[in-house]
Amino acid sequence: MTDARTAILGRLKAADAGATTSVPSEDFTTVLGRGWSAEERLARLRRNMEAVHTEFLDARGADWVRAVHAWLVEQNLANLLYAPETPVGRRLGQSWPGLGPNLVPYERPMAEWKSGLFQGISAGISGTRGGIAATGTLILWTDADEPRTLSLIPPVHIAVLEVDRLYDTMLQAMRDQNWAAAMPTNLVFVSGPSKTADIEQTLAYGVHGPKRVLVVLT
Amino acid sequence: MPQRPTAVYYFGTCLADLFFPDAGMAGIKLLQAQGIQVIFPRGQSCCGQPAYSAGRTEEARVVARAQLGLFPRDIPIVVPSGSCGGMIKAHYHALFKGEPDQAQADHVAGRVIELTQFLVDVLDYRPADLGPPIMVAWHGSCHSMRLMGVGDQPKELLRRLANVELVEIQRERECCGFGGVFSVRQPEISSAMVTDKADAIKATGAAAVVSGDCGCLLNIGGAIAKRGDRARPVHIAEFLWERTHANN
Amino acid sequence: MPTTEFRDASVKALANPELRANFRRAMDGLISKRAELFAQGQDWAPLRALGAAAKLNALANLPVLLEKLEAKLIANGVQVHWAETIDEGNEIVKTIMAKRGAKRAVKGKSMVSEEMHLNHALEAEGIEVIEADLGEYIIQLDHETPSHIIMPAIHKNKKQIAKLMFEKIKNAQYSEDVDEMTALARHVLREKFEHADVGFSGVNFAVVETGTLVLVENEGNGRMCTTVPPVHIAIMGLEKVVERLDQVPALLNLLTRSATGQPVTTYINMITGPRRPGEKDGPEEMHLLILDNGRSRVFADPELRDTLRCIRCGACMNHCPVYTRVGGHTYPGVYPGPIGKILMPQILGIEAAGDLPHASALCEACTEICPVGIPIGDLLVRLRREGARPSHGPIAVKGAGAQGTAREALIWRGWRAVYSAPALYRLTMWGLTRFGRMFPSWLPGLSAWTEVRAKPVFAKQTLHELAERAGISDD
Repeated sequence: MTDARTAILGRLKAADAGATTSVPSEDFTTVLGRGWSAEERLARLRRNMEAVHTEFLDARGADWVRAVHAWLVEQNLANLLYAPETPVGRRLGQSWPGLGPNLVPYERPMAEWKSGLFQGISAGISGTRGGIAATGTLILWTDADEPRTLSLIPPVHIAVLEVDRLYDTMLQAMRDQNWAAAMPTNLVFVSGPSKTADIEQTLAYGVHGPKRVLVVLT
Repeated sequence: MPQRPTAVYYFGTCLADLFFPDAGMAGIKLLQAQGIQVIFPRGQSCCGQPAYSAGRTEEARVVARAQLGLFPRDIPIVVPSGSCGGMIKAHYHALFKGEPDQAQADHVAGRVIELTQFLVDVLDYRPADLGPPIMVAWHGSCHSMRLMGVGDQPKELLRRLANVELVEIQRERECCGFGGVFSVRQPEISSAMVTDKADAIKATGAAAVVSGDCGCLLNIGGAIAKRGDRARPVHIAEFLWERTHANN
Repeated sequence: MPTTEFRDASVKALANPELRANFRRAMDGLISKRAELFAQGQDWAPLRALGAAAKLNALANLPVLLEKLEAKLIANGVQVHWAETIDEGNEIVKTIMAKRGAKRAVKGKSMVSEEMHLNHALEAEGIEVIEADLGEYIIQLDHETPSHIIMPAIHKNKKQIAKLMFEKIKNAQYSEDVDEMTALARHVLREKFEHADVGFSGVNFAVVETGTLVLVENEGNGRMCTTVPPVHIAIMGLEKVVERLDQVPALLNLLTRSATGQPVTTYINMITGPRRPGEKDGPEEMHLLILDNGRSRVFADPELRDTLRCIRCGACMNHCPVYTRVGGHTYPGVYPGPIGKILMPQILGIEAAGDLPHASALCEACTEICPVGIPIGDLLVRLRREGARPSHGPIAVKGAGAQGTAREALIWRGWRAVYSAPALYRLTMWGLTRFGRMFPSWLPGLSAWTEVRAKPVFAKQTLHELAERAGISDD
């Protein structure tokens, strides 16, 4: 008895023989760079993200760690989950003020403290590998140092974005950073807080992903 | 602008033949008035679309084949219908693929042009409006827009009539529900569609609904007649002739 | 005996004013949102060309690409399974879950899992499967199937949903406020995500080059299902492959704009394997189930193969005047609208779904809007042809010929005889103009026509006569 794989591939190969399909050539111009300046990229990213309720904290020329701390105090958020082994994490670890919200390092596997993660964390902070101006999108590269759930489970997601790491389009970012050479287990593109329009096509925010997204510009 | 021919063939369409002969004649007269010699081959009947759309390809091909030899001269074939024109232009190649008369079919298909396209793009027709002020709505058939590629030409012609005010029907690109055999195979849905279209036309208050396709006119006209609505359904060829000849 | 199931169902749907209003409003919104995004100079034509190129390339090399995809996924630590039928697919899933002793599952939106009736199969084993996408969750509460491939609960309005949530969710307060209903769903689902043994997802694009599964979503349930539970099972139809990663941006662009009129969805996931050593989260085990269910048969026909270009955006049904008036539940099988009308007759067969290709005015609004250029109108006509009589070929369309009747064949033969003989044609038309008034109203189709229209009136003379009388030249 032939297994499904053999049967399926067999049928596909038999059908393929003699088929003449002309595949059109590809012109990527329309999805490549738009020639935007750095200012324009930032302006577009910000406009696109704010249109879907993303919040921004401009910490350029300032100490972003202090800025984030102050924001958490102002928002009455009790703690901040972070990834200690990342550049963002190391900065946080070094200069986090003693008083106010606690820094909680994401050090153990999720399975060991799942309920703590789901119930006890007010906000999570992650780095980014840049942003995409055309759509207002953050590039999140998760790995052993920066877990996936850091930017997913806590109700508030804070993302540190370097303004000189912006791209016009996704394809531009993909080529520049050469993703195809080595993909992470999870490459996530975040364009704002979670939302839905499933109830009478009315937009509602804060479904299953973070309810709020704060982009810290550095 | 494509070159202006001295003569054209005219493919009248079977629906014009049976239901709107005056509209068909108006198209011929419009062309003649512009100094174009019109040739109407007597052997013509139908482009084959009804059977083709119904999936009866062999029957469609027989009837389509009977049209191929009627247009031997290398001159345009003007069709007062985007639907029938579209059938020839968009589908004859596939219909005759691998057939001995494929080249002839392609030569016919390549010369087909819809009436308003010809009037605007080739003749740059500027109609002189002799009629009284009137408000009209335009209904473009799905096939004229999507198969034949007729764009703004019909509305442009209506805009060129000085005393005609053109109003837009809500959801103007939505099908009127004729679809040929569809109107009798799925009559309930077709009826719902034509009812919505008639409602939309009525809402404009237009005195006439002008269209380039007899199928749509039959369909919408039938609904308007049953409802006693105001808008007079009229083919654009007939409307243009009336406006430029003070109802002669 | 040809089926009339669709027509019967449509009559019922047309008589439901609330349903018609819900769909009209929803479709109008989706149409205008999409139009806005492509009006802003987004280069519809070049984008569409890229989308078509990516899908055509995948189809031109399908078996080889599937093999390469499998190899790459396995190298990435993903277990790959193949299923010819939906029963086989469900068995595979059951086996994976049984091995883990899994009893609780959460599912992201996946049309292919609806196609498999997966929930039903798992529930029969005592497994809890919770739909995590809000629209799917809502219809799950009501034991319904989706009525649209992107917005499953589009047929329900706010009041209906409020009532449903109040009745079916323990300790729920009644509220018609959308934010409150959303917060309630978030609360309920959160517990499910936390404790699920297995997370299911669909796949928007499976990238061969890197062995990556691409998944788009707005809510975050996709991220939850593919990250939190220890096992992730992804399911896809075999046509979802795309060769290269750089083909994905154009497809994403087309998909989100066409589906919901969004420049981008809240999240785009690119998943390239289960948890790697040293990582603190992510599933330990990841599976991909590749489902055939008739697709290889669709593939076998060079013309019908274009059905498989579909990226499941839903734009075709959003723009369909038929779908808008009857809604998704009128269609058999899980895919409604124009894509359903070409896919379902091939999957279910002509006996079951042969009337679907006829449920169209061939207005081509779908063809015009399809982001990957599927010639939907042409495929509808092809399937009408198959319905009447099977074409020659090694793998015919399932049940071809079942929709044709002897009476219809006779009518078209008659039509052919008249219309292909010029003299007979002119005589017949002359006859109709002179004596057509005598045609009785019981003629097939005439009574249906005259429901909302006046009886068609033949002209007093034919165009042929007028032209001859006017001396119009014959050659």
